[in-house]
Amino acid sequence: MTTRRGGFTLDVSFEVAPGEVVAVLGPNGSGKSTLLGTLAGLYTPEDARITLGGRVLTDTAAGVGVPAHQRRVGLLSQQALLFPHLTARDNVAFGPRCAGRSRRESLAAARERLVDVGVGDLADRRPAALSGGQAQRVAIARALAVEPELLLLDEPFAALDVDAAPAVRSVLRRLVRDTGQTTLLVTHDVVDAVVLADRLVVLTEGGVVEQGPTAEVLARPRSAFAARIAGLDLVAGTASDAGLTTPDGTTVFGLASEQVAPGEPAVAVFPPSAVAVHRKPPEGSPRNVLPARLAALEPQGEVVRLRAAAAPGGPPWVDGLAADVTPAALAELGAEPGDDLWFAVKATEVAVHPRRR
Amino acid sequence: MTRARPARGGAVTLALPWPVWVPAIVGFGLIAVPVAGLVVRTDWPDFGALITTDAALDALLLSLQTGLISTALCLLLGTPLALVLARSNLPGLPVLRSIVLLPLVLPPVVGGLTLLFLLGRTGPIGQLANDWFGITIPFSTPAVIIAQTFVAMPFLVVSLEGALRTAGERYEIVAATLGASPLTALRRVTIPVVLPGLISGSVLAFARALGEFGATIAFAGNLQGTTQTLPLLIYIQSQNDLDGAVAMSLVLVVVAVLVIVATRTRDASGVR
Repeated sequence: MTTRRGGFTLDVSFEVAPGEVVAVLGPNGSGKSTLLGTLAGLYTPEDARITLGGRVLTDTAAGVGVPAHQRRVGLLSQQALLFPHLTARDNVAFGPRCAGRSRRESLAAARERLVDVGVGDLADRRPAALSGGQAQRVAIARALAVEPELLLLDEPFAALDVDAAPAVRSVLRRLVRDTGQTTLLVTHDVVDAVVLADRLVVLTEGGVVEQGPTAEVLARPRSAFAARIAGLDLVAGTASDAGLTTPDGTTVFGLASEQVAPGEPAVAVFPPSAVAVHRKPPEGSPRNVLPARLAALEPQGEVVRLRAAAAPGGPPWVDGLAADVTPAALAELGAEPGDDLWFAVKATEVAVHPRRR
Repeated sequence: MTRARPARGGAVTLALPWPVWVPAIVGFGLIAVPVAGLVVRTDWPDFGALITTDAALDALLLSLQTGLISTALCLLLGTPLALVLARSNLPGLPVLRSIVLLPLVLPPVVGGLTLLFLLGRTGPIGQLANDWFGITIPFSTPAVIIAQTFVAMPFLVVSLEGALRTAGERYEIVAATLGASPLTALRRVTIPVVLPGLISGSVLAFARALGEFGATIAFAGNLQGTTQTLPLLIYIQSQNDLDGAVAMSLVLVVVAVLVIVATRTRDASGVR
């Protein structure tokens, strides 16, 4: 599709397979909202062809533009936007009622959906009496109650408290996965993408600069934006009681940031600034001490980023990890590419998130 | 002045500076003192008799009937008008809005005369109505209703358009993504969301219709039982029987206060 809005041009082309979750990442002004609005039928693009399943939703060449309410494209945004005059249950029953289902059937379905998202006991509350997290759960139930063919998520956790976001995210993850819901997620938070998405599309200034499986794009970012958001260290494995177990059997100690069962696919995330670098294996509190061979030094403003390669005999997944140190610390360390070092990370700095697949 | 004092519920109300208080008190007095004067001036021993004369009862009944019908007409025509002004992207919308607001700034007598020119027996539409259907509009009860609707509708439109703009289109967008057709979204989302604005707009329109004088006397005349509403009767009475005029004015004040109180309670218990 190509579309112009106020001097801004969006020109993208990609596909989402049935049951797949694709995350669109991009900085502010990269065209994410325009993309979602166009898919939902809220904006008319200049030149686009959008198909969903076998249906053509938009085909500017043929003059086709299915109105928003006939698209079967759901939208969940930052704000829950629950209808203020309806109870939680009536909000969720709204979609099924519009689809022509009876009042009783719709209310019964709504009750089930509310239980699914963990707010079954709040069915009779008005939105004004719900917290932000509760309201967003109701909004998730409402969006899924119409069983959309495509669900659009527009930064769905951005407006929530840091405390509420992980729980709401795991609810959404569970529902999307259980129902095989085809989903397009727009976010600037890499954790949302890691937790929810199979595939990443990186959007910058109205164009796709990168796309591929989530883990691949984040491990080897080719665009500046992907590199910046992937500025986090990620280690893939399976969840364990202590944190995470990598494929080679090493344990990465960390704290589960949201519900994740042992044995489930997971990813350990920590910022490079939390990594301390040593010449010799350090003693004391850090639980994670990893042998690494220094691959490169990358100046990053006020710090220097040390990029690791796997050390001979050490875990192979250390390859690509980054550690940020001050120039003074680096001078003291006296490290050069090719040196063997130790990366140390405290368990409290490591967040373990569930991961798709 | 940053002194703060606790109010009910632990919220804090900032103290207002004195330049606000003085004009506020004068302004309040300007409204309240004349009304109080009305109460003092009223001939209480004869009050009952003064407000139950045939002319007074006819006028009160006619005022309430025509006021309610015009309010209904304002709702019927003004609600879609406000929707068009707030939601459509018609070219020339600002011009359209200025025209709709014209009755707010026009002297009502002028409004009444324009209606007379259009709908009078020799007016372009009045003549057609007369020739084809044998209907004469001016100086009839329908003329009172038309005059009241003319002056009252902008109040409803302004109030509702404001409410629609404040609510924004976000709820309608959500409704559409949930499969609601535009008509369903209007009925089940837009109208309920702006209900407080719709109610306050209707109250304003009713109050304006109730007090209508200039357009009515110009377009509908002053015939007891047919076009003589309470304000018209009060004006006529004030020329020869001041006691009667004062008593009926008080009735009008009471009706107006009742309307305001009723909607205040509705506001507090209603949506939001």
